[in-house]
Parts: sequence; structure tokens; C-alpha cells
Amino acid sequence: MAEQLVQSRYRGRRRRNAIATVLALAATAAGLGWLVLILGALLWEGFSGLSIAVFTEMTPPPGSAGGLLNPIVGSLILTVLAVLIGTPIGILAGTYMAEYGRHDVLTTVVRFINDILLSAPSIVVGLFIYEVMVAPMGHFSGLAGGVALAVLVIPVVVRTTEDMLTLVPNSLREAATSIGLPRSLTIMHICYRAARAGMLTGVLLAVARISGETAPLLFTSLNNQFWSTNLNAPISSLPVVIFQFALSPYKDWQVLAWTGALIITMAVLALSISARALVATGKQS
Amino acid sequence: MDPRRRSVADIAIGQRGVIATAAGSRAKVLDRLRLGDAAFRHLTRAAAVGVLLLLGAVIISLIRGSIPALKTFGFGFLVSERWNPVTENFGALPAIYGTVITSFIAMLIAVPIGLMIAFFLTELCPQWLRRPIGIAIELLAGIPSIIYGIWGLFVFAPFLQETLQPFLIKTLGLAPLVGPLFGGPPYGIGMLTAGLILAIMVLPFVTSISRDVFEAVPAVLKEAAYGLGCTTWEVTRNIVLPYARVGVIGGIMLGLGRALGETMAVTFVIGNAHRISASILAPGTTISATIANEFTEAVGDLYTSALIALGLILFVITFIVLAIARYLLLRIERRIG
Repeated sequence: MAEQLVQSRYRGRRRRNAIATVLALAATAAGLGWLVLILGALLWEGFSGLSIAVFTEMTPPPGSAGGLLNPIVGSLILTVLAVLIGTPIGILAGTYMAEYGRHDVLTTVVRFINDILLSAPSIVVGLFIYEVMVAPMGHFSGLAGGVALAVLVIPVVVRTTEDMLTLVPNSLREAATSIGLPRSLTIMHICYRAARAGMLTGVLLAVARISGETAPLLFTSLNNQFWSTNLNAPISSLPVVIFQFALSPYKDWQVLAWTGALIITMAVLALSISARALVATGKQS
Repeated sequence: MDPRRRSVADIAIGQRGVIATAAGSRAKVLDRLRLGDAAFRHLTRAAAVGVLLLLGAVIISLIRGSIPALKTFGFGFLVSERWNPVTENFGALPAIYGTVITSFIAMLIAVPIGLMIAFFLTELCPQWLRRPIGIAIELLAGIPSIIYGIWGLFVFAPFLQETLQPFLIKTLGLAPLVGPLFGGPPYGIGMLTAGLILAIMVLPFVTSISRDVFEAVPAVLKEAAYGLGCTTWEVTRNIVLPYARVGVIGGIMLGLGRALGETMAVTFVIGNAHRISASILAPGTTISATIANEFTEAVGDLYTSALIALGLILFVITFIVLAIARYLLLRIERRIG
């Protein structure tokens, strides 16, 4: 009798284990399945609209053929602007946290705040830039869009710079100091060089993050149907054009939206894969 | 000689084009180096303080922008259900309600699935498959949110309209108590659809943090439990999960922070209706979707101010959630490290 009870207990436990295993497998399959479904739909819909015209023609009025040249160029300009503004600030702040004030109260506070900025809602950043740049200037501008994206670049770069500089062995710094190199030159010539791959990874990740951002651009750089590289005027960008075209009732626009979505996703995935590869090579050497 | 392989002293002195010959110029060089050193130090410090000021500036500008709306509507802004741009009467309740409900649906789905994937990756998966599957799940986090939006609108919503939603209406919609939650026609777009898409977006955050804290559980603890004859599931349930609890909650809060603030994916599929419906199949709106949809079209200072006030509410909510998440993750980091 007792033997039977023990046996049925064992069976129950084994069954529960089997159920959990199956559920874990199902969950993983679901996660991977979603990725396949989204990328599959993207490739299917995006490739059907892909042609040379996409890269050589302007966005069309409804009902006629056209391309995505102005939003592609606009997105590139905004991204470069954001990286140019955000990266130096991010690297300097990360340098302070890793090199000068590693155990400061300031560093602890900045790290905490930076981690919150890292995942703060991007639409709030859009509102912020609207308040401090667009409203005082009186008009939407590419510059405001670039600054909004820079605000998103900073926390990513701060985080990776600090992490990567912390990994640089202290013996390198001590060796440099022992032969009389000032602190700032030690950092610039020894630490930055040792952490170069990691810091570059941070910039790549930041670019991957901002190249698909739409919310902060909606009311900063707005949109522009025509060719414009003027930073003082509204400028077109891929994500905003996708948003506008996808929600329109016109079939041509929807096809272009899918194609734009494909271009952005491929760019972002390429960036994150090269960032990963960079980390991998950095670890080996 | 490779010019990059100069001696360090060359870098220090030679690079400035100064060759220290006499004692006087040597002192000058040292002075200049000392000055540059201090300048660099202060520059980095200023940048670090700048990050703090950035957050302060965001909060101050949002508060300043929302003052007109808060003055006009007072506390009623938080609890009023009205949203009428014509009569300039605004209330935040439908947007707050939609934000909370969609995030709740997202977490309800993403947390169990994420934990099970972490369980699979740490305990069941063969070693050589761990990295590829882990990377694939993390790729979900890399896909821009607007892609989720366009996919949700054109692929996922029509699919739900034809399959899941009629099924829910026919089964759960007729059940007592929960019935009203699943009432009404299958729109396709709506709060449930938005919640499901958010679940997919949040999944990688929950998964990767859970996996990391699961992996940090000391092997001795697990081995001891296996030695007592525990099954894999029992080890995970009774040893790994309690040990990693704080970190897992931190990961969940981090995901929640993302879900609350997510804009584009939700804007596409939420339906943008300023009302509170009993049914989760009905269209609604969220704070971020309202701002994204209406901000550029807002005429009048009060309308704009009401939208900025919504942004302020969103920022305060996500700030609290993210601060708790970071605090919990910091605690577990300290324990591991």
C-alpha cells in the first residue's frame, strides 16, 4: 500500500516535470516563432516593393509611383547629427564615471539616472525637445530632431563607455603613470585605445537604437515631402514616413511603407550583428 | 619606425611640438600639461553632471508645459473621462486606463513565457544551442517599434479579428463574471491586440534578465537539490526561482517600464478612442498613443498643454517603475558581484 503511494508520487512528480519541459519548449518555440513571423512578413511585403526607384526617387503624392530617397537621406543626416552631438558628451561622462570618480556619490547617482534615461519613453524626449527648441524657435526643424535623437544616444554611450573603461586593467594605467604621463593623456592614449572596440560597439548600438525611433521625431523634425537638407527646416525621415504612409488609405503608400520598414530593419539588424561581432573579436584579442 | 609606436614621453611632450631643452621651457611644458589635465578632468565631470541636468531639464520643461492644463482642470484632470478638443475639456483617465490595461495584458503574457524560455535556456537547452537561441530572442528587442506597429496593423490585427477574437467572444464572452471583458464585435484593433504586441516586445527583456540571474545561481545549490533527487522542474521552481526572485522582479519591472512608455507599436493598433470600455476587445487609447496622434494637430495652448500634462504623468509613472527595477537589479548585482 505504502509502496503504491510512493510510486504514484514519483509518477506525479515525473509527470509535472514532463509538463514543465513541454511548456518550456512551447514557450521557446513561441518566442522564435514570433521572430520568424515578423521577419517573414517584412521580407515578403518589403521585397515586393523593392526596386531601384526606391533609392533614387522622392516620396510620391498619393496615386503615383515614387521612392524613398528624401526620407533615407533625411534619416542619415539626423542619425549623423545625433551621433555627433551625443557621442562626445556620452564618452566624457562615461570617462568621468570610470576614471575619475569611480566610487563617487556623483557617479552612483549619474549611473542610476542614466539607467533610467536608457529606458525612458522616447515620446517624452520628443515633448521635451518640442518645449525647449521647437516652441522657442517657432518652427519644426531637422536640428531639433537631431538633438532629440542625441538625447537617446547619450545614455547608451555613457553606459558602454563606463563598462568598457572599467574593464581596462589598472596595471596599464599604473605603467603609464610610472613613466610620468599625466592622467588625461593616460586616459586618451592608453585607456581609450584599450577600450576602443567596446566603445565603438556602444556607438553602433546607439545608432541601431535611434535609427528606428519615430516618436521623438513626430513633433521635432516633423516631415517633409520634398528634397531638403536644410537643418533649420522640417526634414523627412524614414520612420515618420512609414508611420504616415502605413496609416494612409493609398495602396502605393502602404507598399512604400513596407519597403521602408524592410530597409530600417535590415540596417538595424546589420548594426547589432556587427556590434556583437566587434565584442566577440575584442574578447579574443 | 611606426609613428604610432612612439614612446609615451614623446606623446606627452613631443606631440605638442615643444622640445624641452632648457629647464625654463620644461617647466612651461609641465605647467601646460597640468592645466590640460585639470581641464580634461573638469570637462568629463561637467559631462557627468550634464546627464543629471538632462533629466532635471526634462522634468522641469514637462512641468512648465503642463501648468496651463493643470491650473484649468486641477486634480480633476486625472479622474475625468472627458476628452473634447472642441470645448477644450480634457481628462486623462481613458488614456491612463488604456496604458495600464495594455501593459497589464502584456506582462500577463510575457512574464510566464519569458520565465519558461529562461528555464529552457539555462536548464534544458543543449550547450551549443544556447547562444543562437538567446541571440534570436534578443533580436526581438532590436526590431524597431514601428515595425511591430506596421506588422500589427496589416498582419496581426486582421488575423486576430478572424480567429482569436470571435473565439473569445463565443467562449469567455458568454461566461459569467468575465463575460463583459470579452463582449462586443471583433474589431481586430483594440486593447487586447495592443497588449499582445507589447507582450512580444517586452518578452526579450524579461527573458534575457531572467536568464542572466538564473545563470548566476550557485551551482552548489542546484547540485545539492539534484542530489536529493529533485527533478529539473523542482530545482528550478524551488531553488533557482526563489534565489533569483529579486532579479526576476527587477527584469519584470524593466519590461513594464518599456511597455508603459511604448508608443509607435501601440499607436498603430489601439484604435485611438477616448473612452473606457468594459471589453478589452474594444478600441481604446494610451497616453503615448494620444500624444503621438494628436500633438501636431493640437490647436490652442490648452490642448497642447493637456497633451504635455499627459506626457508628464507617463514620465512620472515610468520613472517610478524603472527606479524600482534598477534598485532591485542593483541589489542582486551586489549579491552576485
